[in-house]
Amino acid sequence: MNLSLSDEQVFLREAARGTLSRFRTFEAIREALDGDAGALPDLWPAAKQAGWPGLLIAEEHGGAGLDAFDAMLVLGECGRVLAPVALLGHLPATAILNDSPAGASLLQALATGERRAAYLPVSPPDDVSQKWTVDPASGLQRGPAPTATADGDGARVSGQLAFVPDAPGADLLVGVALLDGKPVGVAIEADASGVTVEATTRYDASRSLGHVTLQDAPAIVLDAPDQWLASAWYLAQSLVAAESLGSVETALDVSVEYAKERHTFGRAIGSYQAVKHSLTEVLRQLDNGRSLLYYAGWARGGGPAEFPLAASAARSVAGRALDQAARTMISVHGGTGATWEHDAPLYFRRAQLSRRLLGGTAGATDRVAGELLAQADAA
Amino acid sequence: MDLDDTQEQAAYRAQARAWLDEHKSQAPVLDGAGALQDESEIIAARRAWQGKLAEGGLAGVTWPKDFGGQGLGPIEQVICNQEIAKAKVPGILDAIGVGMLGPTIIAHGTDEQKSRYLGPMLHGDEVWCQLFSEPAAGSDLAAVQARARLQEDGSWRLSGQKVWTTNAQFASYGLLLARTDSDVPKHKGLTMFIVPIDAQGVTVRGLRQISGEAEFNEVFFDDVALDADAVVGGVGNGWGTAMTTLMFERVTIGLGSEGMGYNSNRFAQAIAADADARRDPEVRHTLGEIASELLAVRFTGYRTLSALQKGQVPGPESGLAKITIVNGAIKAGDLITDVLGPDALSEDGEWAYMISFLPGLKSAGGTEEILRNTIGERVLGLPPAPRLDKGIPFSELRSKETAAA
Repeated sequence: MNLSLSDEQVFLREAARGTLSRFRTFEAIREALDGDAGALPDLWPAAKQAGWPGLLIAEEHGGAGLDAFDAMLVLGECGRVLAPVALLGHLPATAILNDSPAGASLLQALATGERRAAYLPVSPPDDVSQKWTVDPASGLQRGPAPTATADGDGARVSGQLAFVPDAPGADLLVGVALLDGKPVGVAIEADASGVTVEATTRYDASRSLGHVTLQDAPAIVLDAPDQWLASAWYLAQSLVAAESLGSVETALDVSVEYAKERHTFGRAIGSYQAVKHSLTEVLRQLDNGRSLLYYAGWARGGGPAEFPLAASAARSVAGRALDQAARTMISVHGGTGATWEHDAPLYFRRAQLSRRLLGGTAGATDRVAGELLAQADAA
Repeated sequence: MDLDDTQEQAAYRAQARAWLDEHKSQAPVLDGAGALQDESEIIAARRAWQGKLAEGGLAGVTWPKDFGGQGLGPIEQVICNQEIAKAKVPGILDAIGVGMLGPTIIAHGTDEQKSRYLGPMLHGDEVWCQLFSEPAAGSDLAAVQARARLQEDGSWRLSGQKVWTTNAQFASYGLLLARTDSDVPKHKGLTMFIVPIDAQGVTVRGLRQISGEAEFNEVFFDDVALDADAVVGGVGNGWGTAMTTLMFERVTIGLGSEGMGYNSNRFAQAIAADADARRDPEVRHTLGEIASELLAVRFTGYRTLSALQKGQVPGPESGLAKITIVNGAIKAGDLITDVLGPDALSEDGEWAYMISFLPGLKSAGGTEEILRNTIGERVLGLPPAPRLDKGIPFSELRSKETAAA
């Protein structure tokens, strides 16, 4: 048993921190919120240079051939500085392609980052609903998965997906569609006929989202096994979890530093039990989340049957941790923490949006219950 | 990152499993058909079984070979625990002695103490108890008042009271923290002693809790005579010696927290049995939240283990896992009681017992509030609250406290 970072993983993380430290993301996000969308730095060239687009692509196809946990380390660093790098969309898409011989020819350009992919998130069936579903544009009712009809060697895909991370500007859309009721992997060129991507931002300017409409869009059918189609969803869950926990780390660090410096009634506020306990609570949730990242990182390759449970649990804990960390950051800083000039509101905005994307933290929490109930039935 | 055994670990696992396969028919039966009922029979059988496990090398796995252990690492200890659990046989009876008190004696005891006490402890011939907490010294352990007075012949006389003492009712010895000097600040005037429980002047009384059962004891000491060689780790060094014990307590908890039975699978099973509850969104959401945190603790344990294997010592952050487990189990008990209704509260059922036990467990090993203070200060580096007891001789503390009130 060894649940610690390898030297290579420590290096990957440190290098990512170094790369991202060159950008002033917080100022840019505030300016973007004020209406200057061009203020956000384009981080894709830096990502390309660092080799992140090919993290999950096999070496024979030009990638780094690394695993989910390595990708989580990079996402964690992005989360630390709220860096808008389009990896949440790109990496799960490349994971599906990497496991599909039919997608092999697409991999080289995606590995270098010359082209960028976005994952079309379709949630696998659970113990209550036997359906593949997508996030709706609004409301509690989940939408139907895209459907495909055979067309020669390929297929034509129709469907609607709301709030797809990193969809605007992507070259390739990769996800799941139902062909005769059965899930298949599909890869669709973003500039093909019948594809519409409507760019949208919500509340968190650092997050690029798109509403994707497919109308008989021509697709390559990917021969990925069912398990890998579902696995992409859980990979996306674990990446959001890792990114969220990165944000929790900085939110906690900043709050702790302030609690040491700021004095009231002749004492540092961090010496008051109420403040100390609320910061310790953030640490508790962060530490639980970190442990679950290890679980998810191990499970994807080492115990795939547990990956849905591990990734969903990580997402569930990380989502709550981020909300807790953002709110604690604001309250520890007093009224200042709620002002526009402070960074705390950016973490708060990140927390509120992130917890509702990709099935939401609540969806992941429900999935944890479903997986454990299924385990109980099998026992 | 890897959860699998190395070749050596797999070989050790196979060896432990083979021994258990051969000997498990001799283990006492504690549950189900043919289970032992009489308390003293159970204890006798479990002591004998501990002796068997020790002979087979399945007790004191991390103890040095010189003292009858296996000289192996924490991973092997965990493998051993896992195989014992898989074989569905009881583990050692004296987990407190072998896990915490024995290692303290190994670290601080004299050669005579090691050769006299460690063997019988390991084999279950003499069970030990931990005599640290008092009615007015729990989280603030250095406030102990049990007083040992030095006699002219170099022996000691001990008076005072200890509480929350597991296993005292059948223990042969206890490791006891006493005040030996009241005129110095409270951490400095403490000394650790080995106390025979059958000595004149020692009284053990069961302490019943919410469930009605007595899981712990109170132990009273009335002018108990102790020889000079009862001191462990030197006079006045009791605080440092106690810290060693508490470090081993963290290790024990870190490696075996799920052994307490507060795990997500057990709680999910209770919900799975109810066809309506398992489809109810609110029940599922609550179960999912609780289970996620309890799952996290399992992997926190593996992280601790990886760190231990590299020779790192677990710090106060391991208290976070205890907070998560206890609060998670409290919420799970509440959820299951909501689902089952009053039926869950049947006195002889598992859930009534669990929900009765947990409120007290919240304060075990340091209250949650003190754990959060310690973690906030030692892990996050937050400043401590101002203290009135720093540098004040213990004998002057009470008047100081009264004056401040």
